[in-house]
Amino acid sequence: MTLDELPQGHMARLAAIDWSALVPEEAERLRALGFDTGAEVRLAYRGVLFGRDPLAIEIGRMTVALRRVHARAMHVEQPAESATA
Amino acid sequence: MSRGPFTAALVGNPNAGKSALFNALTGARQKIANYPGVTVERKAGRLLLPSGEPVELIDLPGSYGFNTTSPDEEVTRRVIMGEQAGQAQPDVLVIVLDASNLEQHLVFAQEVLELGRPTVVALNMVDLASRDGLVLDAAALQSELGVPVIETVAVRRRGLDALGAAIGAARDVAAGPTPPAPRPHVTLPERRLLARQMAQGATLSETARHRVHARIDKLLLHPWLGPVILAALLFVVFQAVFSWAAPVQDLLEGGANALSDGVRAVLPASLLRDLLTDGVIAGVGAVVVFLPQILVLFFFILLMEATGYMARAAFLMDRMMAGVGLSGRSFIPLLSSFACAIPGIMATRSITDPKDRLTTILIAPLMTCSARLPVYTVIIAAFIPNSRVLPGVGLQGLVLFGLYVVGVIGAMAVALILRRSITKGAASGFIMELPKYQLPTVKDLALGLWQRGWVFLRRAGTMILTVAVVLWLLLNFPRAEEGRSQVDASVAGHIANGLAVMMKPIGFNRDIALALIPSMAAREVAVSSLATSYAVDTGDEAAEGQMLGDRLKQHWSLATALAFLAWFVFAPQCMSTIAVTRRETNGWKWPAFMLSYLFALAYVFAGVTYWTAVAFGLG
Repeated sequence: MTLDELPQGHMARLAAIDWSALVPEEAERLRALGFDTGAEVRLAYRGVLFGRDPLAIEIGRMTVALRRVHARAMHVEQPAESATA
Repeated sequence: MSRGPFTAALVGNPNAGKSALFNALTGARQKIANYPGVTVERKAGRLLLPSGEPVELIDLPGSYGFNTTSPDEEVTRRVIMGEQAGQAQPDVLVIVLDASNLEQHLVFAQEVLELGRPTVVALNMVDLASRDGLVLDAAALQSELGVPVIETVAVRRRGLDALGAAIGAARDVAAGPTPPAPRPHVTLPERRLLARQMAQGATLSETARHRVHARIDKLLLHPWLGPVILAALLFVVFQAVFSWAAPVQDLLEGGANALSDGVRAVLPASLLRDLLTDGVIAGVGAVVVFLPQILVLFFFILLMEATGYMARAAFLMDRMMAGVGLSGRSFIPLLSSFACAIPGIMATRSITDPKDRLTTILIAPLMTCSARLPVYTVIIAAFIPNSRVLPGVGLQGLVLFGLYVVGVIGAMAVALILRRSITKGAASGFIMELPKYQLPTVKDLALGLWQRGWVFLRRAGTMILTVAVVLWLLLNFPRAEEGRSQVDASVAGHIANGLAVMMKPIGFNRDIALALIPSMAAREVAVSSLATSYAVDTGDEAAEGQMLGDRLKQHWSLATALAFLAWFVFAPQCMSTIAVTRRETNGWKWPAFMLSYLFALAYVFAGVTYWTAVAFGLG
C-alpha cells in the first residue's frame, strides 16, 4: 500500500520510499522533513475538491503538506490495529 | 584584548520562531536589505548585551540543512561558512530550536554544531511546548549538545538577557585558550536517530493532550468548509480595506488641502506657488492619502502569516493552482502581490521549480496591487453609486472585489497558457510544512506594518515626488499664450496627442493618454496626474475646491470610466515591477515579454469593455 491509499486519520510506518520516482530537490526536501524508512506517519487531511490533493501528513510533531504524486512513491505498512481516528 | 563590534547570526529551521526572537532581541532597530548579487533578504539589527556591548545580529533565512534546495537556504549556508560576499562570517551562531519540535529541529542543529563555531542554543517557544503538555529539561539538552542552551519565549521577552550573556560568553571562549573545535561528521540518518534520542532524553514528561492546532485544522482544512472560510476571509479583507481606512483618509485629505491653503496664504501668486500646490502637495498628497488602505491590507497579510494561516491557505489553494500548472507555493507570492508586485516577485524565491517560479513572476502584476487602489477608488467613487446590495455589502465594495476577481481570473488564464507554451515543463510539486497556529504579538505586527508603510512612504516621497514635479513641468512648459489652453501648448499635451490617436478606439480621451505617461513610473500617479491635469485645465481657483471625482464625471462617460478600470487591471504600469523582474530573471528578455503581453491584454480588455458598454448605451 502506498501513502496516498492510507485512509484518512490512519497511522502507518514508512516501509520503503522509491526516491528515484521523485525530483531530486523534492526528495532532498522530504528527507530533510523526516520522510525516511521507519518513520511513523499519519494521514491527517486530504485537500479540497475532487482530486483530494494535496495531503497533509503528520510526521513527528510536524504537519507537512505534499502531493499525491509524492505519497505514491512511499510504501507504508499499517500495524494490525492502528485505526486511530 | 580589543573588543570590536562582533556579529552573531540566528540559524534554524523555518518556523522555529526566529523572526519573533530577532524582533524581541533587536527591537525596532533593524536594517532590511538584500545580500549583494542575490535577491535574498538580509535582516540585521543591533543587540545590546547585558554588559552594554553592541552586537550586530543577523536573522538568516530558515533552512533544513546544508544540502540546500533553494536560494534562501544557500545564503544561510554561505553566511555560516563565511563564503557569502560582503558578509563577514558570524562570530557566534545562535541556533533557534522550536521546543515542541526538537526531534526535527535537532537534525539541522547537529549539522551546524559539527562546524565547531562558537554556538549558543535558544530553546524557543517553551510556552507553546508546555501548552502541548511537554515539559523539557534544558540542562539535559545542554550536556548532550555540549553548548549553552537557554530557554526563551520571544513574545514574552523571557530568557533574552540570559541569551545575550551566553552570546557574549561564547565569543569570549572562542577568543580564549580552548576555542570550540570541529566535530566528526555524522550522516543524516544517524543525526535523525541521535536527534530522536536527545529529544527523548530532554523530555521530562509528555501528556497526550490533544493539540490545539489539530482541532483548528479540522475546521480550516475541511474539504469544503475550508475554502468557504478562506473566500469569506478574503472578502472581509477587501471590504475592510475600503471602509476602515476611510476616516483616516478624509483626515489626510483635509491635511493636504489645509497645507495647500497655507502655502497660498503665505506665498504671492507665481509659478513657484503653483508648482508647490498643484505639483508637489497635490501630487504627493493624492498618493499618501492611500497609505491607510495599504496598511489595512498589509495588516491582514501579516496577520495571516503570523498566525500560521497563510500556509493553510496555500494548502487549500494548491489543487486550484495545480490546475493551471502552479503550486500552492505560488499562492503566497501572488497574495503578497495584492499589496505590491515587488515583494510578491521577490517572494517567488521560495518556489524551487524554475519554470514554476518564472510563471509566477510573469503573472504577479495581474494581482491587483495597492497602487491600483487609488485609481480604482477615485473612479469607483465617482461613477458607481454608493448603494447597498445586501446589509453590510456596498455596491462600490462589490465592484472593487469584482476588479480583483477579474485580475485573478486573468492571471490564472495566462498561467495556464504559459505553462503549456513558453514555460512548458514537468508539473511542479508542493511540499510545505504547516506551522503551528500562534497568536501574533502586537509588537511584531506593528513592526512589520511600520517597515512596509515606511517603504511605501519613501517611494511616495522620492519617486512620486519627482514624477509629480516633472509632470507639472511637462504640463506647464512651454507656456501657452494668453487665453489659450495650457495643456494643449505643453510638452505633455503633444505627447498625449500622439498617444490619444492610438487610445481613441478604446474610449480613452487625451487626458487619460496624458495620465498614462507618468503612471508608467507608478500606477497611483495616474490619480495625481489626472488631478493636476484637470486643475490645470480649468485653471481657476474656484474650480479647485471641486473634488476630482466630480470633475471626472463632467469629462468622462461611464463607458470610458469602465474601460479605464479594465485597462488598469492588466496594464504593466510600474517601472519598479519591470526592474525587479529584470533582476529576478537575470536579463531583459522576460521583463520585455511581460511588458508586451500585459499591454496587449490591457488594450484588448479596455476595448472590449468600452465597446460593450457603448453597445448597452452607456457611452
